[in-house]
Amino acid sequence: MNNQDDIILRTENLTKRYGGVHALEEANFTLKRGEHVAIVGDNGAGKSTFVRQITGVEQPSSGDIFFEGQRVEFNSPLEAREAGIESVFQDLALCNDLDVPSNLFLGREELLFKFGPFSILDEKKMMQKAKEVLERTAIKIPDLSNHVGDMSGGQRQCVAISRSASFASKLIIMDEPTAALGVQETTQVENIIRGLKEQGVPLILISHNLRQVFNLVDKIWVFRRGRIVGEVIAAETDGNEIVSMITGMQDGVHEKASYI
Amino acid sequence: MFKRANLPAEASIFAVFVGIAVLFEILGWFVVGKSFLGNVQRLEIIILQVCIFGIIAVGVTQVIITSGIDLSGGAVLALSAMVAASFAQSADAFAPMFPQFLGSPIIIPIVVGLAVGAACGWINGAITAYTGIPSFIATLGMLVTARAVAVIYTEGQPIYSLSDSFTAIGSGAWPVLIFFIVAVIFHLLLKHTVYGKHTYAIGSNERAARVAGINVRRHKIMVYTIAGSLSGLAGVVMCARATIAQSGMGTMYELDAISAVVIGGTSLFGGRGRITGTVIGVCILGVITSGFTFLRIDFYYQEIVKGMIIVGAVMLDQRRQAQRRLRA
Repeated sequence: MNNQDDIILRTENLTKRYGGVHALEEANFTLKRGEHVAIVGDNGAGKSTFVRQITGVEQPSSGDIFFEGQRVEFNSPLEAREAGIESVFQDLALCNDLDVPSNLFLGREELLFKFGPFSILDEKKMMQKAKEVLERTAIKIPDLSNHVGDMSGGQRQCVAISRSASFASKLIIMDEPTAALGVQETTQVENIIRGLKEQGVPLILISHNLRQVFNLVDKIWVFRRGRIVGEVIAAETDGNEIVSMITGMQDGVHEKASYI
Repeated sequence: MFKRANLPAEASIFAVFVGIAVLFEILGWFVVGKSFLGNVQRLEIIILQVCIFGIIAVGVTQVIITSGIDLSGGAVLALSAMVAASFAQSADAFAPMFPQFLGSPIIIPIVVGLAVGAACGWINGAITAYTGIPSFIATLGMLVTARAVAVIYTEGQPIYSLSDSFTAIGSGAWPVLIFFIVAVIFHLLLKHTVYGKHTYAIGSNERAARVAGINVRRHKIMVYTIAGSLSGLAGVVMCARATIAQSGMGTMYELDAISAVVIGGTSLFGGRGRITGTVIGVCILGVITSGFTFLRIDFYYQEIVKGMIIVGAVMLDQRRQAQRRLRA
């Protein structure tokens, strides 16, 4: 391929079987640098299975994953993360008993004095940086030194997303980031996603909300029954076409169907 | 008006402590016609009584913050004390265990005692971290085993004739000072270092900690090893103070330590707790023990009250956690 450098993530015949169940069949997926794409599909279409393979949560039955032109095999989510793939899952990976800066910097703390495990934390610097990060995302959290467990679902989701967004990651994957959020909080999360686009950070968004998908991404990948059934430019399609790809039926989509 | 949220969590525990002390003072005047707090000697005894299991409690606090438990404190104390004492006998000891170590510098028995405790703690941690066996079972096994090894070590014989320089570390205010220093060190480590941050993180959400790149297994082993070393230190201080080591030392100390930690507000669910709370918890247990003795109330009544306080403290914690889950 001549445009190899342009592509950050590519999968070749990626397949995952659970016993006799073919959850994902020969998925050929590409993501360009700076590109924002959505993965849509019905429940059980293989979206989450696909994401679990590329984030190291599970290992594929067959097929290859290429990240930045290199063939990769992630044995754990940590390895994927170390390679630069950050994911924000539906079940948040936050420590409820820690404050915002501690969660943002967990595992990569700023230090005043280095001495192995007994290195002294630079709490001021972490608080300062956390404030900057959250200011950029326009999230309103009155007191960052509160425990994350005492915050609202939206605030927690924003902390989780900022956490991924604030560390120069090479690829961010979000699985239903706004599913449990209110209107205002959803807007905030969408603003964070737009910010990532401006910064040129590529994103894979999994969402059931087609309006959100059309608002946010460049390209839509449609999954149906474990297979990729379509790859369409968002600006060149409409809700009806996507829905018929998702369901596999040419017609029968109601004009006023609420999922559009 | 006073806003409760602005007070540190320890304020309420401290209020309980003061309340109990004042209660004993009042009861003292009515029942025995004497002042409870007005007796300096009694206060000294309270502090000396509690500081040994207090040292264990500092380690147990950290284990409980990772949402584990360490039941082996008292047994590890006994084993460490036996081994340390065998290296600390004075030159005139009858039939010493290690004649070649007679009169050696006191650093040797101290280091040996700490090392025995650390080894026990390491085993606790490794079993818990690598086999997935609950820490309750792993450390229960250590409780039984360490106590048995302590008996076998001298075939049940106590170790006498400890050198004067060794027993000096258990005399006067030294045990209290050691407890205080240990508490301050680990308070600071928990609050201001990566070690502390990761300890809380693991207790709060182990999966999140792992995904964030923390080596959870290695960290847990470190926490249990520290707890074991502190039990070892408690053993060294206790046999130095008693000028004798016996395999039955420190029986039930693990329960006193766990009680102090729980009373001090550390959550058994993990992720929450502080050394300052534990220190107050230790003092509360000390005051109760001393107060009941002062009122000449039978030992077993004292145990009943302690039992109720522990269950009450855990119930309170459970309610707090349930309220948080509702809010989130």
